[in-house]
Amino acid sequence: MELEKFELGATPLKDSAIKEGKVLTVAKKPNLKYAWDNGPAIGRYLAELKEGRIIARKCNKCRRIMIPPRMFCELCWRPTDEWVYVEDTGTVNTFSICYVNWDASRIKKGEKPHLPAVIEIDGASPGMGILHVLGEVEPEKIKIGMKVRAVWKKPEEREGSITDILYFKPVRG
Amino acid sequence: MAYQRVAIVGAGITKFVRRAQETGKELAAQASKMALESCGMTMDDIESVSLGTAPDAFDGVHMKGEYLSDGSGGWRKPYMRQFVGGGTGVFAPIHGWYHVASGMFDTCLVVCSEKMSSCHPHPQGAFKTIFDHTTEQPLNPTLIWIFALEMNRFMQTYGITKEEIALVSVKNKKNAMDHPAAQLPMEITVEDVMNSETLAWPVNRLDISPASDGAAAIVLASEHVAKRITDKPVWIDGVGWNLDTAYWATRDLYYPRYVEKAARMAYDMAGIKEPKREIEIAEPYDPFDYKELHHMEGLLLADRGEAVQMLLDGKTQRDGDRPMCPSGGALGVGNPISATGLMKIIEIFLQLRGEAGKRQVPGNPRCGLAQAWGDLMQVGTVVVMRR
Ligand SMILES: [Zn+2]
Repeated sequence: MELEKFELGATPLKDSAIKEGKVLTVAKKPNLKYAWDNGPAIGRYLAELKEGRIIARKCNKCRRIMIPPRMFCELCWRPTDEWVYVEDTGTVNTFSICYVNWDASRIKKGEKPHLPAVIEIDGASPGMGILHVLGEVEPEKIKIGMKVRAVWKKPEEREGSITDILYFKPVRG
Repeated sequence: MAYQRVAIVGAGITKFVRRAQETGKELAAQASKMALESCGMTMDDIESVSLGTAPDAFDGVHMKGEYLSDGSGGWRKPYMRQFVGGGTGVFAPIHGWYHVASGMFDTCLVVCSEKMSSCHPHPQGAFKTIFDHTTEQPLNPTLIWIFALEMNRFMQTYGITKEEIALVSVKNKKNAMDHPAAQLPMEITVEDVMNSETLAWPVNRLDISPASDGAAAIVLASEHVAKRITDKPVWIDGVGWNLDTAYWATRDLYYPRYVEKAARMAYDMAGIKEPKREIEIAEPYDPFDYKELHHMEGLLLADRGEAVQMLLDGKTQRDGDRPMCPSGGALGVGNPISATGLMKIIEIFLQLRGEAGKRQVPGNPRCGLAQAWGDLMQVGTVVVMRR
């Protein structure tokens, strides 16, 4: 068989066909809301963030100190053993300079690009990173390997969320 | 392991388009009908159906497997839906393979259908919920973040430039000019890629495959049935799949270890000792241009950090020593998630049969591979085929 010998299906639609009402569509916006329970590991993680601290869990078999904390070690497939406070500093493992929003729309004119990064947290096992964003830095000055520190919300504004850390900024000097 | 040998005996595909008039069911039916006709079979000959389709959120239809079953010939048949994100298109044929390999059935129709255009304003929005709801979603991530973060890590680890990576996009979009189903065939330059809009540095618009509607289907048969149907069966000699941790930020993104594990599983089954020498042609998953290189390394088709040199040397061109994505890949043919992986299987099927038309690679390859990838940068799915 050769694809070229067949009449292939799928009829491309033009935007104009929809705008002019030549093709009828039905639009629907589902309005669901979720409230996610966090379990003991992430629950404690959030409670500690509210206090301005980052906490991890240690597995005494593989000796990894894991962040985000988890009640089971996915490598050893056994319960983790203890809570360990880690630093609020770390190293940029990788980053991006992003000009689009979550729904692929573009950021507003004049809005600063979003600066997502994977940050390896000091005190956790090597390679243990979390997703967060960078701030107080010119995008072109960001480097992989850069040392960074968490910038926290004011204590009275914290609510027990990953966003209690506003962003990570470069450690100077 | 004792199992029936399984062959691909027929294939069908729709055009890949930005927005199709047809529903997902209708696309599935078009691809399935073509697959059956291509090998002179009818739905009555089909004993089981394996369907692949990606997130229900694209369609806003829950139980999408059941919804698509009518168009896929699943009516009153043993029917099963597979879903591992972008890895689905090679995962569905793996399931089809063991339906037949197990001896349970002698035939299986594998169908992958995707309609991304129903989701507004952009299907990318549906991906927000792949991120952890508590530790990541409050940061407002977009899907492109993970690709940008991975691409940057890959570039940094080996000192690879954006210009070098852009050559993958140039190659694949050009290859797609010879594919009758292609959505984005074009002749572009590295400069065009570099000058296209920066979405999430280092990712530009022309580094990315498009959102698409489309479907693909193949017919699988056991050895004794396959030999009655065709004198050119293409055998599935190895299958592999593997899943890494969902704590994606805690593993180094420069290398897809789970793809290697999937590949080794497939190579062991197929008796392949030296993949670089034995796999003559491949369709690694290329939703973004750097992914082709990343996956060549995970598949052990290039040494770590060396895939880019094969690209620069022209070895991965269609007339090169090791053609990669001769179809045009997701970058050129289009990326209706699940259907893309199956399109890649179909391309290797046609190439091994010498029926790829203008896309035919020289040298009568005997052994090829198709791979897909997905979920939260964590799944690899691999099929090894021989004629
Ligand atoms: Zn452990």
